[in-house]
Amino acid sequence: MRVPLSWLNEFVTVEDIPVDTLAERLTLAGLEVKAVERVGDWWDMERIRVGQVLRVERHPNADRLLLATVDYGGGEPLTVVTGAPNVRPGMKVAFALAGATLINGYSEARERMVLEPRAIRGIPSQGMVLSERELGLSDEHEGILELEPEAPVGAPLREWLGDTVLEIDILPNIARCMNMVGVAREVAALYRRPLHYPSTAWERTGEPIDGRVEVEIQDPKRCHRFVAALITDVQVGPSPAWMQRRLRLAGMRPINNIVDITNYVMLELGEPLHAFDYEKLVERARRSGHEVPRIIMRQARDGERLITLDGVERHLTPDDILVTDTAGVLSIAGIMGGAETEVDETTRHILLEAAAWDFISIRRTSRRLGIFSEAAARFSRGVHPALALEGNRRAARLMHELAGGTIADGVVDNYPAPPPTVTVEFNLDFGEHLLGMSLDPDEVADILERLEFHVERRGPRHFTVTQPDHRLDIAGPADIVEEIVRVVGLDTLPSTLMADELPPMRPDRLRELEARVRDFMVGAGLQEIISYALTTPEAEGRLRLDGHVLPDEAYVRLLNPTSADRRVMRRTLLVSLVEALRRNVHHRDRVMLFEIGRVYLPKPGELLPHEELRLGVALTGPVRHPSWLEPEPPDADFFAVKGILEALCRHLHLEERVCLVPAEHPALQPGRSAAVELDGRRVGIVGEMHPLVREANDLPAKRVALLELTLSPVLAAVPETYRVEPVPRYPAVIQDLAVVVPEATPAADVERIIRKAGGNAVGYVHLFDVYRGEPLPAGHKSLAYRLHYQAPDRTLTDEDVVHIRERIVDALRQSVGGTIRGAVKASERPRAVHPTATSGTYVG
Amino acid sequence: MRAELQALQAEAMEALARAQTSGELAEWRTRFLGRRGALTRLMRRVGQVPPEERPVVGRFANEVKQALEAAYRERAEAIRRAEVEEMLQRDAVDVTLPGRPPSVGRWHPSTQTLREIEHIFAELGFQVYRARDVELDEFNFQLLNIPPGHPARDMQDTFYVTTTPQDGQEEGHQVLLRTHTSPGQIHAMREFAAVDPDNPPPVRIILPGMCYRHEQITPRSEIQFHQVEGLAVGRHITMADLKGTVEYFVRRMFGAERRLRFRASHFPFTEPSAEVDMDCLLCRGEGCRICKQTGWLEIMGCGMVHPVVLRNGGYDPQHYTGFAFGMGPERITMLKYGIEDIRYFWQNDLRFLEQFG
Ligand SMILES: [Zn+2]
Repeated sequence: MRVPLSWLNEFVTVEDIPVDTLAERLTLAGLEVKAVERVGDWWDMERIRVGQVLRVERHPNADRLLLATVDYGGGEPLTVVTGAPNVRPGMKVAFALAGATLINGYSEARERMVLEPRAIRGIPSQGMVLSERELGLSDEHEGILELEPEAPVGAPLREWLGDTVLEIDILPNIARCMNMVGVAREVAALYRRPLHYPSTAWERTGEPIDGRVEVEIQDPKRCHRFVAALITDVQVGPSPAWMQRRLRLAGMRPINNIVDITNYVMLELGEPLHAFDYEKLVERARRSGHEVPRIIMRQARDGERLITLDGVERHLTPDDILVTDTAGVLSIAGIMGGAETEVDETTRHILLEAAAWDFISIRRTSRRLGIFSEAAARFSRGVHPALALEGNRRAARLMHELAGGTIADGVVDNYPAPPPTVTVEFNLDFGEHLLGMSLDPDEVADILERLEFHVERRGPRHFTVTQPDHRLDIAGPADIVEEIVRVVGLDTLPSTLMADELPPMRPDRLRELEARVRDFMVGAGLQEIISYALTTPEAEGRLRLDGHVLPDEAYVRLLNPTSADRRVMRRTLLVSLVEALRRNVHHRDRVMLFEIGRVYLPKPGELLPHEELRLGVALTGPVRHPSWLEPEPPDADFFAVKGILEALCRHLHLEERVCLVPAEHPALQPGRSAAVELDGRRVGIVGEMHPLVREANDLPAKRVALLELTLSPVLAAVPETYRVEPVPRYPAVIQDLAVVVPEATPAADVERIIRKAGGNAVGYVHLFDVYRGEPLPAGHKSLAYRLHYQAPDRTLTDEDVVHIRERIVDALRQSVGGTIRGAVKASERPRAVHPTATSGTYVG
Repeated sequence: MRAELQALQAEAMEALARAQTSGELAEWRTRFLGRRGALTRLMRRVGQVPPEERPVVGRFANEVKQALEAAYRERAEAIRRAEVEEMLQRDAVDVTLPGRPPSVGRWHPSTQTLREIEHIFAELGFQVYRARDVELDEFNFQLLNIPPGHPARDMQDTFYVTTTPQDGQEEGHQVLLRTHTSPGQIHAMREFAAVDPDNPPPVRIILPGMCYRHEQITPRSEIQFHQVEGLAVGRHITMADLKGTVEYFVRRMFGAERRLRFRASHFPFTEPSAEVDMDCLLCRGEGCRICKQTGWLEIMGCGMVHPVVLRNGGYDPQHYTGFAFGMGPERITMLKYGIEDIRYFWQNDLRFLEQFG
């Protein structure tokens, strides 16, 4: 809200407080001053002055230009050229002499420029009469700015018109401060100064209102009060210059004196008002077969419409509360009036509405219709119904004073739903216990009274506190504590660390393990990413070779997305990883990413989805950074991501329980994909992205290795502890063993057989080579292992080793039909096991 | 005999001086000192010398042998040193060539900030509590003292989910993406209070998590962001404790010299409420673009837990008080590193992510 200090000063003296100090004090008390605007602080004291137009003549050489002779309080009056249609003799104007800096009203950028003396169509001009635009007051440029008649000719304009405007951010709890008196009340309390209310007293100048209007509230749940006053024989015209200036400084546009008065009183007291053209209401009453206008507050009916005074046709629903009469809808209550009964220059009599509405209803309607008027802004945060009568009386008084109206005797006041007056029993012990500092009873009473609470002292430390009738936010003693601490200042609170007992420990093991997985992946050289949890079904469909898009019901789907790209919650991390790959592959050859995050799986018949924690990995490009030492390292592939998975499982001591089984997946290349199983239960997938899926996702023709693992079962399986084996005391016998098996035999089976047959006499089994080709028979491969034979209690003899080796060889022959190609002492190089045939292919 | 030995010694010394490599040295050793070497052969003839001369000749022969062996050792050491020296020269590299690049992984900046926050609060006895992202209106709003139609709902525009039951059903059963981690306050308090409903244990937790807001994605606003809330409930928790806790955190996080300002504010779930400002990191309070010329940066919101919220969590506000605070790790990261575009966080561009240590 914009608060001009000159206006505020009418209710509480602030002119002696430095503006920055005032802004800081208000901010700390919960009225955050977002900006301080200093209006006219750049106006030249010498060259921009109050002037008075003495004569107006036609420009001899131009039809649409005029010559105005202006007395500016210094030497001879000056004659200047102007195009303003509203210039007339006698008016007080803002006058600039050549050399003054002004805003260039003709340029888009509105930059400042220096006024030069010049000749316009042959007539020399030594100055300028100014519009609001040239002064930076508003964009108004049609006519020149008219000052009040009492403006002293020759005074610097800055002294007469300069002002300081505070822009205050009004939070919902201080909606009572959305007006000058509301802010003044806070200042008065903070600075211990008296508060002066504007006068709402008026003379009963007219006939009684009785029988001239009827009011009926059909929906008292949403219309809590309706006050109507009648002001007759008003003279509609422009409002006085001081009022227009204040309205503009507060950010509103002057319209005419009647409308301006309703807005002025709203800004002053916080009660939005509406002025109806009474004769139009009478005409509508007659049209609908009645003598007297009958104002009815009721729920809207389906299909009802109203053209509001901005000329837009509004479609209404039963959610809306309306002001109507016997002929139909008059206005959307508390938000905007209708065009038909609007006040215009022919209006003679005014029916003045001041009401109180249910703020939730106003809020809903205002949001649905997108009307955020000043009235709606106030009513949708709650205005105390007590203000209705005050506002009505204040505006009627001003209509009498400024528009010559006659105020009918009395008001029609229909008040079916007064809010309860909240009384709080407040004990200082409670406040001290909550704040952690001592409170002085006299100071507490003083603060509350300055905020206009009614305070009764029940004992040395006990008060009964009654809420003032402009507030709706008091419910209990915590609210009273807030008022106290706000005014004394939070800076007076001491700083302590909790002395209270410590809560019981609640270790979160899964979270600790999740952190270990994250650290492991970082240690493995991968970059962690965090992605949008929102995506589209189509993006996930592109991760399938068949392009199948799951139906919307399969997703947690937003009712009100802000972007079409982010409208459902992801079901897989792969969609996020692929999006991140796409963002990076155009500037990076090597992208190694992981994410630990949730996917969201709706559960049939339940409102809330299953939120499943997963680990996702995506690798593409060289496994190692290329360098001058290794210009072209191999690209990451299935085995690169599998290697990370294996190492992770070893890290978590799950290597015995996790295995890969060949499996197909819609995103992955058949033959290079597998399911990850934990104790035989599927917990994830690993593989290379299918080349066609890669294409569908605009990724370059390079292998993309992927892993997606459901973390909760994996982490739950991690053993609490494990045994550390002693380091062998006796040397191992190291031998290599090459087994020829049919191509289809999985290497994992061969290794399992070796380990089983070797028992604990074989401490280490390492596959170091896979060979195909001459002299092996077709359809066969040779797997070369390095084995460590050892015993915990002695050095094995050659005979021992031969014996164990025989056991392994027999088992391989029987289980997978394996034959042995050779066993070599470890002193020889492992590769020597295989012939270095040129036709051979090495894999692995 | 003696003359022969002297001649041999001279010859050997001369030959030794000519040996340049360890190979030549080995040859020399075989030739003079080996089992069939010249000295060995000569020494065998000492037995043929008349007995009275034998001790003298024998002593002399040993002297020659020792001298040659000493000379050999000296020469061997010199040659070894020269050879190592030569090897080192051959092995020298251009040390300005780039090193072998290791694969270095990194944590996402938000993870790093979250960990830092968790770590600092762990020092004060706060444990981590996590809750779900997809929530009921009841937990996200109503139990937190934000009834339907409450103006605070505007302040955090909400993504609703289509599984929301339509007309006729209670508003509390609407499903939404949590707009803050505060629903976790209710979940946590209820879970803890269930242990001993008549005498619930104290609570001291922080609640990190992803939150969602119905926003346009711009450099200044995002549809998702992390939040970390803190909650302490007990029989003697005061607002002064809140102030002390917040000050401890901010000074640990941003430096001991930080100045703080608590100003009254409003949140529906706390009363009294406050906003915490810290002197601007960039201009030290002088006023700059980052702090919008105020010299202050808004760093978190906080307050004393509203009695209604305590009651909804199963803690009787007659006997318990509590404080709560909330902050945004991304905002903290942005302030700390001078980042001006919040969209960087979820775009996952390596050129952004790799700048973090
Ligand atoms: Zn700054």
